Amino acid sequence: MTMLKTLAPYDVKSRDAVENYKGKQLLYVNWERHRMFSRPFVLALPPETPFSVIIDQYMTDCFSYHPDWKQIDWNTVVWQNGNTPFTPDRNKSLKENGIGHKDLIRFRTPGLDGIAGTGY
Amino acid sequence: MDMKVAKKLGLKERYSLMTRDLAWDTTFHKMEDVFPQTTYEGIKIHDWDKWEDPFRLTMDAYWKYQSEKERKLYAILDGFNQNNGHLSVTDARYINVLKLFLGSTPPLELMAARGFSMMGRQMNGAGPRVACQMQAVDEYRHFQTQIHSISNYNKYYNGMDEFAHQQSRMWYLSDGKSFFDDAITAGPFEFMVAIGFAFEYVLTNILFVPFISGAAYNGDMAAMTVGFSAQSDEARHMTLGLECIKFMLEQDPDNLPIVQRWIDKWTWRGTRKLASVGMMMDYMLPKRIMSFKEAWEMYVEDNGGSLFKDLARYGITIPKCFSQTIEEKEHVSHQSWIGFYMKPEATPFHTWIPTPDEMDWLSEKYPNTFDQYYRPVLEYLDQQEKAGNRFNNKTAPMNCQVCVSTMKFNEPGDPMEMCFRESIYNGEKFHTCSDHCKEIFDNEPEKYVQTFISSHQVLQGNCEPDGTDVNVPDFKPGQNMLDYWKLDKRALGDFNGSEDQKNFAQWREQATKN
Repeated sequence: MTMLKTLAPYDVKSRDAVENYKGKQLLYVNWERHRMFSRPFVLALPPETPFSVIIDQYMTDCFSYHPDWKQIDWNTVVWQNGNTPFTPDRNKSLKENGIGHKDLIRFRTPGLDGIAGTGY
Repeated sequence: MDMKVAKKLGLKERYSLMTRDLAWDTTFHKMEDVFPQTTYEGIKIHDWDKWEDPFRLTMDAYWKYQSEKERKLYAILDGFNQNNGHLSVTDARYINVLKLFLGSTPPLELMAARGFSMMGRQMNGAGPRVACQMQAVDEYRHFQTQIHSISNYNKYYNGMDEFAHQQSRMWYLSDGKSFFDDAITAGPFEFMVAIGFAFEYVLTNILFVPFISGAAYNGDMAAMTVGFSAQSDEARHMTLGLECIKFMLEQDPDNLPIVQRWIDKWTWRGTRKLASVGMMMDYMLPKRIMSFKEAWEMYVEDNGGSLFKDLARYGITIPKCFSQTIEEKEHVSHQSWIGFYMKPEATPFHTWIPTPDEMDWLSEKYPNTFDQYYRPVLEYLDQQEKAGNRFNNKTAPMNCQVCVSTMKFNEPGDPMEMCFRESIYNGEKFHTCSDHCKEIFDNEPEKYVQTFISSHQVLQGNCEPDGTDVNVPDFKPGQNMLDYWKLDKRALGDFNGSEDQKNFAQWREQATKN
């Protein structure tokens, strides 16, 4: 239960409600144990965007700077949506993959633990 | 006939006449209508006269002391500037600390001035009202003197001139802005715990150790003088904050759980705010006085710890986050520096990879973590830079909904894993960086759903330079961030090869040779 105390009625909308994105939704992406990138990145995309675009365009643009990127065996990648394991279908959309507004996609690349195995 | 000479007033009488005696209880309007803010937070005060002002400072004495300090301060500043003092700092990298400080600190001093002005109106008792008014003036003075001391550097180095514009717009300034926005939109007693106690008493020391001692150690007499001039004010502020805590706790036993929750919340918010101070100490000062870890041990663990022991007799316990802050002192400065290093086109200050002997210093100061987690990636990034492939992560960050830091902290107990927490409120997901930020969110979600997260605002089309038409069909948000931020291109990029580096070397040579 909220502990907020106010002097007057307090009804304020969320600043990041999905309506504010004109048909798009927010998506965060994190490569686990590759903390060279410091934090996940954020995108605003239509829910119809195919998942392949996330990998081939956005993830590649950002993460290919890391020497581990070329070593990834995509058959062994372990995916999570937040804390829930899931298996994305490359050819289906974000929506069809069950990815909603402000979801955080985390992917783990077994055997690849960053520069010299440091998690970076 | 003998003249009757009135006796000179003692300090206590003067204080009484010049402060409390000037106040009155209203009769035309009810006191609770004139001062509604001091009851709605749930804090119960039975007798405002029990408030003790340990300094018993009156306004006339205050003006006299402060004007003396100002005269001394500006004499030294003028001397430093006229003698090209900027060329006597250790190394041009040092000036980047000033750029970061200028953007992050004076605007918050101004917010503190606004906050304490509000407290000076909202508190019922004349004692705290006068003390808050003086603190408001102090904070305004700090805001001005910090800017004045750095303004001379602005004549020679890039990236300082738009700090006021950048304050509410730059991604990395959002954490500090959010800290003060949160405090100032709380009630007066929470504000006093947030700023007067948690920030001034528990955490300000750690900001002023690296900045002021570090400035002195690196030859910056201007910043050092500003710091010393502020120190005597800080002593008064810390006493006011502690007095307020004790006053609340002595007035009613029901106040204890409320005060404890605020102490827990604001100690954590302050800790997050100070992550970038760690990187100033460990990475940005060419000559380092102590590591962030050592400063944390001395100022937070030892001094803060004994302060909480002292408050234990009122029932206050050590803040819940304390053990996590002790674990994180080994990591945050490195994690912050990597986060800034990878954004060479998004800050008005330069970053760089530490030299080999600087890395050895870090290994010595951080024997448990530096070689194991951070040295390999810094050395890799160094090789890449030397090969003409400097790291530049062009993506936009995910931020914590409460502290607005980028989500860069590790899972407690596992430095290789990122820490993520989430809450659902009104069907919407909200991400936080830690258990403590999640708890703050969950306690008052209505407040934190409004957080201004700059990368989200960019994607909504709210961060465009003046005159941009966001309604054209092919509008793509975030294409003109440099213009929106008013970032000077000369201030961007790695320190190596920067105009600052070149000019400093050239001017110093002119100063020492024919």
